[in-house]
Amino acid sequence: MKIFRIGIICLLILLTFGCSQQTNRAKGVYMLLDTSGTYAAELKKAQLIVNYLLGVLQPGDTMAVGRIDTGSFSEKDIIAKVRFDVRPSVANNQKRVFQNKVNAFVTEVDRSGFTDISGGMLQAIEYLNESESGNKYILIFSDLQEELAKGYVRDVPFELSGFNIIALNVTKLRADNMDPKQYLNRVEQWREKTVGGGGSWRVINDLERLDNILARG
Amino acid sequence: MTNLAFFPTITSNPVFSALIWIGLILAAMYLARKPSHRCLSALGLLVRSSMRLMAKSVKMAQKRLSDRNRDVLLSAGKEHAERLVEREFERIGTAVQRDLEGYPQLQRSLNESLVKLDEDYQNSVDIPQKLPDWGKVIKAIAGIQPKSDPLVGNMLKDIHHTLSEQHAKGVEKHRADTAKRHTILSRMVPLLRGIKKTLGGLDKSLSDLSLRAKRIDRYMDNYEQIRNQTDAALRTLSSSSLTQFFISGGVLIIALGGAVINFNLIALPMSEMVGGASYIGPYKTSDIAGLVIICLEICTGIFLMESLRITRLFPIIGSMDDRMRRTMFWTALSLLAILAGVESALAFMRDRIAADTEALRQSLAGVSPNAVAGSIIPTVGQMVMGFILPFILTFVAIPLESFVASARTILGLAAASTLRILAFALRLIGNLGYYAGRLLINLYDLVIFPALWLEEITMKIFSRTHTEEDGAEESENNGGLGGSISAFDSLAQEKEMIK
Repeated sequence: MKIFRIGIICLLILLTFGCSQQTNRAKGVYMLLDTSGTYAAELKKAQLIVNYLLGVLQPGDTMAVGRIDTGSFSEKDIIAKVRFDVRPSVANNQKRVFQNKVNAFVTEVDRSGFTDISGGMLQAIEYLNESESGNKYILIFSDLQEELAKGYVRDVPFELSGFNIIALNVTKLRADNMDPKQYLNRVEQWREKTVGGGGSWRVINDLERLDNILARG
Repeated sequence: MTNLAFFPTITSNPVFSALIWIGLILAAMYLARKPSHRCLSALGLLVRSSMRLMAKSVKMAQKRLSDRNRDVLLSAGKEHAERLVEREFERIGTAVQRDLEGYPQLQRSLNESLVKLDEDYQNSVDIPQKLPDWGKVIKAIAGIQPKSDPLVGNMLKDIHHTLSEQHAKGVEKHRADTAKRHTILSRMVPLLRGIKKTLGGLDKSLSDLSLRAKRIDRYMDNYEQIRNQTDAALRTLSSSSLTQFFISGGVLIIALGGAVINFNLIALPMSEMVGGASYIGPYKTSDIAGLVIICLEICTGIFLMESLRITRLFPIIGSMDDRMRRTMFWTALSLLAILAGVESALAFMRDRIAADTEALRQSLAGVSPNAVAGSIIPTVGQMVMGFILPFILTFVAIPLESFVASARTILGLAAASTLRILAFALRLIGNLGYYAGRLLINLYDLVIFPALWLEEITMKIFSRTHTEEDGAEESENNGGLGGSISAFDSLAQEKEMIK
């Protein structure tokens, strides 16, 4: 009887500590798609990345795709969002629905006149903070050339502690070809913003190297 | 010279300074020679004594461990021998019970057969009467020629006719009697064969019993050897446990492979039941749930084997009464069957989820989902595997028991060997320390050899002067005995130094 009681106590301790020491391993991914000007033509590539991410993400993870347009700090700019169910079969169906939404968006996208990357970033930060994901990723599919419409103020410092910012397919503009310093300055400016906000920064231009994109911090 | 830069210069000439320093150091070393020697010697002795002490302690521990290993080995061997003898006795008991149960019937059958045989024998004892020798009479009568009287001729004919008839009847009766006797005798043949067969069976049973008795004798001999703790028995048991250790270890590795396959069958569908996003520590809850199910299957299998008394990992189960054990057996078997059914269902679910995921991946990769093969064979195969594997894992209990039993001995032997090597190493270090101290003493003397050389020369001169003075005095006093006394003194001094 005494042994039985000790066993029960040990089991309870194990369960208590086992449950309390759980770490949040869920991933939250927010992908920003630049729909401005000539970059809208690159969205087919973004579709492939979204498909790749859908294949990689697991039940319990969160994913959202938002557009970068004239004013991106808005829920209306979220094209598709989902928190995958813990059951794999349900999560698979959610992925199918998500894929269809993104496909429909890429087919019917309207080009925007301006590029509000900062607004999109702020929206992504807000969304991922709400999702309470353990690992947060913001993927920026853009040339990183920000152009704000008149009256839009985006001098808000980013709070990016625990965020991984990955710039994808940062294409070179015509002016960049003439003066590469512009391209380098643009990338450096975003890197400084990210690192200054407490986040980590990476650039992946070769989309063949997407393997383990979410594995590294 | 650079090495001498540490020393403060005594003169302006560095070489001269160095020489002075060397001289001073040698002088200091010479003066501190005896304490240094004592110190080095004590250090060597300290190392040796402490190491020897440690080695002795380790040796004692090794001896205790060896004794314990010996006890464990003998105890295991004794238990094994007892089990063998017990099992053989059980077999003999079963055989004897079976044969004795049939013995009254056998006896009755033999008695009946013997009675029948006796009756038949009695019936066949009456030998058919021999035919009268009428042939000659008939022939003689037939040979008489009636010469004149036809009456005689008729009479003779009648006699001949009557005799012929009687003869024919006699022959017929004789044949009938003989046939009857033959029938009785032929009826005895199957009875005799039956008796032969029954006796043959009896003979076989007795031979079996005899063989078993011989086997028990052999087991008892082994048991006696183990009880007497003979070296031969110990060697046999050690070798046997080593073999058992490796064989059961190999089988357990194979079983582990089976468990891994089993785990892969149920890990994915478990995420459908307990969720695929929660973790316990670094592991997924679904994986742990799958592992727990497999462990439960193995535990149930072990209880099943215990209740059948095939293994004896839990003596309490083996000592239960038969009814309780039977209940436990059926409970364990039912649980195992339920778990096997659950696992089969999980395997089916896994196949569905895997197919769905594969279809999604193909869709995401832009490949048509129709390319997925829709055969039912993998599904059925997985379900069958899911059902069978829990029952196969049941048999893990047998190698597990052997492994646990032999591991005790093997680990004990390994630990004893390690301790033996450790004791040897400690003794070696102790001796090396001691001789290193001796070597350092000699090196010390080697370094200060100029001082020692000077000492020797001085001592020689001093002793010669003393000898001459003493000799003169002694010759004056005693007339020549002093030389031998001083030589004796120097010899004593040398002895003292050696000491």
